[in-house]
Amino acid sequence: MAERRRKMLSPQRPVVVIRGGTVVDETGERRADVLIDDGRVAAVVEDLDVPAKATVLDAGGCLVTPGLVDLHTHLRQPGGEEAETVETASRAAALGGYTAVLAMPNTNPTIDNAAVAREVLALGETALCRVAVAGAITVGRAGSCLAPMGELAALGVRMFTDDGTGVQDAGVMRRALEYARGLGVTLGQHCEDATLADGGHMHEGAWSSRLGVPGVPAAAEELMVARDIMLARLTGGRVHFLHLSTAGSVALVARAKAEGLAVTAEVAPHHLALTDGELAGYDAVFKVNPPLRTDADVAALRAGCAAGTVDAVATDHAPHPPESKEGPLDVAAPGMLGLETAVAVTLDALSPAMSFGAVMALMSWRPARIAGLGVDQGGDQGGPIAVDMPANICVIDPTERWEVDPERLASRSRNTPWAGRMLTGKVRHTVYRGEAVVVDAKAQR
Amino acid sequence: MTPPSPPPASPTGSDDLKPPPAWHAGRHLLSVTDLGAEGIEEVLRVSDAFVEVASRPIPKVPALRGRTVVTLFAEESTRTRLSFETAAKRLSADVLSFSLASSSVKKGESLRDTVETVAAMGVDAFVVRHSSAGAAAQVARWVDAAVINAGDGWHEHPTQALLDCYTIRQVLAERAGRAVSDVGVKDFVGLRVAIVGDIAHSRVARSGVLALSALGAEVTLVAPGSLVPPSLEGWPVTGVSHDLDAVLPHVDVCYLLRLQTERGAGSFLPSIREYTADYGLTARRAGLLAEGALVMHPGPMNRGVEIADEVADLPRSLVLRQVANGVAVRMAVLFLLLGQVVGGDAAGVVADLGHGPAGDG
Repeated sequence: MAERRRKMLSPQRPVVVIRGGTVVDETGERRADVLIDDGRVAAVVEDLDVPAKATVLDAGGCLVTPGLVDLHTHLRQPGGEEAETVETASRAAALGGYTAVLAMPNTNPTIDNAAVAREVLALGETALCRVAVAGAITVGRAGSCLAPMGELAALGVRMFTDDGTGVQDAGVMRRALEYARGLGVTLGQHCEDATLADGGHMHEGAWSSRLGVPGVPAAAEELMVARDIMLARLTGGRVHFLHLSTAGSVALVARAKAEGLAVTAEVAPHHLALTDGELAGYDAVFKVNPPLRTDADVAALRAGCAAGTVDAVATDHAPHPPESKEGPLDVAAPGMLGLETAVAVTLDALSPAMSFGAVMALMSWRPARIAGLGVDQGGDQGGPIAVDMPANICVIDPTERWEVDPERLASRSRNTPWAGRMLTGKVRHTVYRGEAVVVDAKAQR
Repeated sequence: MTPPSPPPASPTGSDDLKPPPAWHAGRHLLSVTDLGAEGIEEVLRVSDAFVEVASRPIPKVPALRGRTVVTLFAEESTRTRLSFETAAKRLSADVLSFSLASSSVKKGESLRDTVETVAAMGVDAFVVRHSSAGAAAQVARWVDAAVINAGDGWHEHPTQALLDCYTIRQVLAERAGRAVSDVGVKDFVGLRVAIVGDIAHSRVARSGVLALSALGAEVTLVAPGSLVPPSLEGWPVTGVSHDLDAVLPHVDVCYLLRLQTERGAGSFLPSIREYTADYGLTARRAGLLAEGALVMHPGPMNRGVEIADEVADLPRSLVLRQVANGVAVRMAVLFLLLGQVVGGDAAGVVADLGHGPAGDG
């Protein structure tokens, strides 16, 4: 329906040519120009003849990939509009190369019923990327009563999570998995055992001990990963592990996959790049949940990406207003921005050990399938870039160096851990449903 | 105020005028690591002069006249606050006392707004006590004034460590029959110190370990497993013991930490009774100490818990001396951070310290 309305609103069919880049998608890598007409890919050929009136996007030296898909975005609307809105988050997402984000349900009110889900989906219709919605597993994310998953699934919700907290009660999680199995949906778990984690504000280890900050041990995460692997085995349900942060978690997931269980896992770019030592100055911008861990964990997460244990890199983009981040560590809210820096941080962490294509798999087509947004699932995300496919594409210059200036981010918040740092790799253009929403690293609306 | 003769360059009367070390440039005392061994030694040396000041009929000097020191306490602490305020007043600073618990923070004002508001009144130093680790470091980022950490969560309490070191040095000098100003810090090398109790949640332990080890002492931690920090990686300690009886005969200093009695409610310890039985310095255990070993405690003491009543009052117990020295050491810290800002003036102050009571005490 949205599709039809958009067509009526824009009688001129946008024609876009992405010229001079290297197309990288699930089918491989090739030099090609891409012609986009009326929201779909019309041609993928070398040395394309540019039609009149076409918008030409220069992709010289760039990778042309299916639009990125973020499995883990906090858009904060409804209820947290001082931190972010669907519109501002989608602009940040488009600037980061994303053509789809999965909205986390820990809003206020919680996305645990059709009315709130509809509200967010409606806000997403005019956004600069596709806004898919994750529903809560339990009512109010309180961990006791199952949310109306069937009602939400009927609206197209494919992923459910109480993210921000894990479902603590194994019995509740078991029933949720059994129920979800019947609906064909996936449960995303924020793995954190509250009895071990509560009161902690950073990774428990050498740094927390020295800094006198209560810590969250790796075991708090691993305990729930292990439990949910057992529940996946017990129920046959599908579990997606959100933002894994420890070496132990990666090892557990690798074993579960080897066993053939239906589990998938994501990691966040900051966990691939930063460690708990960043908190030495007590700057709460580095406070995030799960916390930044150790060098050994970073190495294990990277290895997990290369080995295929990790299925997706997801931002856990978590905007917070300044007042939530400037207090003492134990008072500050956890979370950091990610959408606009994810490509650079991830490429830096994973290549050259991994090829561009392998990295893009983690950021585009594999997460698209986990979210149920793949083209073969009736969706429009994750490519491949081929004739007649939906034109959701991003163009990345992997060599551009840029300094992160929080004031110039499109997000409504400023809590980026990369402030003032130089990153390599920048999204040059983003095409969403055939429209060039980002051109030369500038949002077009 | 003008010195009658060319002023000595340091409060101890020696004439080596050295540029201020790095921690003066930082103008903050947030952690013992800001000082290093040299900085600690300097504070101890300057403290000597202020201990002397305390013995005068009018124990006050004009060193910080016209300067304003704020004690910003977001956590109850009568003794530390009184100690700092006494120190500032004896240096003739104006003292503002600010209790966050009872003020605007309760009305929803953020720590930052509170601090910046107070700073706008014109403040030279903040003395910060807060229940959150890192709070003093954050305040230091928000204001131009000097910031002294008077205890931040479980992190550090640098002036406590300094006054403890001062006290140890003073006693060792007395025993050797030498003036405290003559002994330097050589006596710390190889000094065996046991820190006993709730290490995990103790800022006193963290600062103490850093200061004592920087001066060359050998520090052993003694605690039940649940009160040892999760990681001791990088801690300059010789080891951890769960057997106080075995440790006591081999230490020169037994430093007892206060046990927060709520830790005994069952989650960290089975009971206070069991803690006392295994880790309390009872009269029997005090008998295991070597001749001349010192007993210290940062206060306030839980008599009958970590220290038996009769042990607390033994001559070897230095608890009250620690308190007395606390004022002098805090005077030294304030003086070093604030007193040398105005060129030339510090020399005059130093001269006054060395030449009788201040004129306007």
